[in-house]
Amino acid sequence: MRSRGVATAVVLVSTAMVIAACGGGGSGSDAAKTGANARGPITFVTGKDNSGTLPYIADQWNAAHPNEKVTIKQQSDQADQQLSDLQQHFQAKDPGYDVVTVDVVWTAEFAAKGWIIPLTGQYALDTAALLPATVNAASYNGKLVAAPYASDGGMLYYRTDLAKTAPTTWDEMIADCKGKTTSGTITGPTPACYAGQFAKYEGLTVNAAEAINAAGGAFVGPDGKTATVDSAQSATGLDFLVNGFKQGYIPKEALGFQETQSLNAFSAGQLMFMRNWPYAVAVLNAEGSKVKGKFGIAPLPGPDGHGASSLGGHSLGISAYSKYKATALDFLKFVESDAVQRNNLTVGTLAPVTTALYSDPELTKKFTYLPTLLKSIETAVPRPITPFYPGVTEAIETNAYAALQGQVDTKTALTNMQAAIKSATAGG
Amino acid sequence: MTVAGQVEEVVIDKDSKGGKGKRNSTINPGESRLAFMLIAPTILLLALIVGYPIVKAIYQSFLTDPGLDSATGMFNEGNAWNGITNYTHWLFQQCATADGGTTSCPQGTLGSQFWGAFGVTVFFTVVTVAFETTIGMGFALIMNRAFKGRALVRVAILIPWAIPTAVTSKLWQVIFDPEGILNRILGTHFAWTSSLWPARSAIIIADVWKTTPFIALLILAGLQGISNDTYEAAKIDGANAWQRFTRITLPLVKPALAVAVIFRTLDVLRMYDLPAILTGGSNGTTTSSILVVRQLTSGINSASALSTITFVLIFLIAFGLVRLFNANIIGAQAKGVR
Repeated sequence: MRSRGVATAVVLVSTAMVIAACGGGGSGSDAAKTGANARGPITFVTGKDNSGTLPYIADQWNAAHPNEKVTIKQQSDQADQQLSDLQQHFQAKDPGYDVVTVDVVWTAEFAAKGWIIPLTGQYALDTAALLPATVNAASYNGKLVAAPYASDGGMLYYRTDLAKTAPTTWDEMIADCKGKTTSGTITGPTPACYAGQFAKYEGLTVNAAEAINAAGGAFVGPDGKTATVDSAQSATGLDFLVNGFKQGYIPKEALGFQETQSLNAFSAGQLMFMRNWPYAVAVLNAEGSKVKGKFGIAPLPGPDGHGASSLGGHSLGISAYSKYKATALDFLKFVESDAVQRNNLTVGTLAPVTTALYSDPELTKKFTYLPTLLKSIETAVPRPITPFYPGVTEAIETNAYAALQGQVDTKTALTNMQAAIKSATAGG
Repeated sequence: MTVAGQVEEVVIDKDSKGGKGKRNSTINPGESRLAFMLIAPTILLLALIVGYPIVKAIYQSFLTDPGLDSATGMFNEGNAWNGITNYTHWLFQQCATADGGTTSCPQGTLGSQFWGAFGVTVFFTVVTVAFETTIGMGFALIMNRAFKGRALVRVAILIPWAIPTAVTSKLWQVIFDPEGILNRILGTHFAWTSSLWPARSAIIIADVWKTTPFIALLILAGLQGISNDTYEAAKIDGANAWQRFTRITLPLVKPALAVAVIFRTLDVLRMYDLPAILTGGSNGTTTSSILVVRQLTSGINSASALSTITFVLIFLIAFGLVRLFNANIIGAQAKGVR
């Protein structure tokens, strides 16, 4: 009995080892060649629809394509969770995700890993009508790999009942807050001064990037790889945020703010100035917002008159493992059509990617901040474009967070950040 | 003499014949083959579901992650033989540099966080298990008494255990929000989830709230095995309440207590969902499991190495605990009340 048990164990373990050694040999390169001309129903994976723009897309497409219906799968509204979900499905080579929403910072990683197909040859897309900044953000190594869907640039939201005009420099903003705001924390009916998104997640990289870029610093050099963040300009930029917590014009609750929390605080009248994306307009004008009609939008301030917003936005990519790539391509062309982009703006206040809409007289009358938004996007600075973005953003987040909490001084944080970015991009 | 007596004799005879030989000689070979065939499907299933992933993960931990081919800008397949480089990366915090050497991992890389995360995990384990055992013992003693409404008290104590951990984490996140109820009641303004010790305390409070019922249940099972006669005899002998507790209750409940502590220790050592949802793993609440999941987004093979290291460390701790309690359990049974 005992020897049989041992023999069985040996057989099972060696079977497992053989399977382990032989498994994983199948390549995914064939997947790119199949489904080239096949048409059929597709699944569109995107983040949570905060403002109700998706039903229009689904209805319009399904009415026009009854045999190639689209099923929209909504993920969490947190960027990090959306990324995990997509990575897991791509690593498993799942054919169930046909069209996926790719945040601008994931584009390089997805393209380099071969998860989304380049939009060249039979999958070519006409980009003449699109904003150049969005086309650049959706390209990797000179090739377009995803169709721009919505753009994003950071903007300053301010209370019009407390500040007559929007500040253009950081010092102006701090001066505007004096006498009208509480310091250090959000208590009682008086609002605090300024908040962005400072929790330890991707949003912190965005906010840190805006502060550092506005002061003239940069995370990486022009080649996109050499870390250059340890400089005096970057320190000036980061100090704006660090001093905010030290001197109290940024409340300490902001260390836990993601987009939703900062929006809730501003909407409840607890902030005088807020940095957020354009989608917030729709939420602030909706029922239940205490600042409806009492807020304005302006470009982000900087140390000497002009800030630098981080280029955000989403594009749609075709999964390399999709079975119906031809349908997927038509869907991409559909979302870049005038009707869908218009709906995105009017219903969801998402920034459109077609240049013409920014000078449309009807839209600029209704959305007076459109010129501001266009300028914000055209002058936006992209975050580092690298396939190692997960490691780079971890380096930026961790060190910026430590500096904001006061655990390390700004100089040490930037030195560590530079070393960590260098380590992350060394994985080549 | 009676029929029963004759049956007894027969049984005793059979035993004494078999008792001189090996233990299993009363089972004949045909039965043992049948037994083997019956459990073979289960063993096969376990090997596939449990054995194969573990073996595959260990195998993968010796391979490289995909690297970037700078000429094409695309990642290669990776999975080349890498020896123990993944292990030295985690254990000695050595990160690769661009020119092929290694250097100490800078702040902000995942590699620099391993020992910190492990230390945090052990800290959570020691503190939460200590709290849970003490409070759980109290709950068990209460639930053991007979009083009116005991059934209601038992159900109320068990409810936290019944709620899924993800739901619990979200609920506590709302409670710990700076604008939330806890700050309101205490009159304070802590940023519970965005500073170091408040965040750790938040995790400990939520975890103790959730799993004390589990320990209380296990201890209760042990308590109910102690007969009242023992306590009566002790009272007659003049023992006070504390002496009854330390000399009777504790030794007799030790087996159940040992099981509860070992289970909870293993559970907390692999804790993932509570800190991930409550604090996002920030502010010194990153546990080993959170680190593994984070590493998965950057490289599966390195994550496999990290997960194997974590598995070995947890195994050693659990093994140590079992040896510690085993000695006590056997001792208690040897001198225990018959």
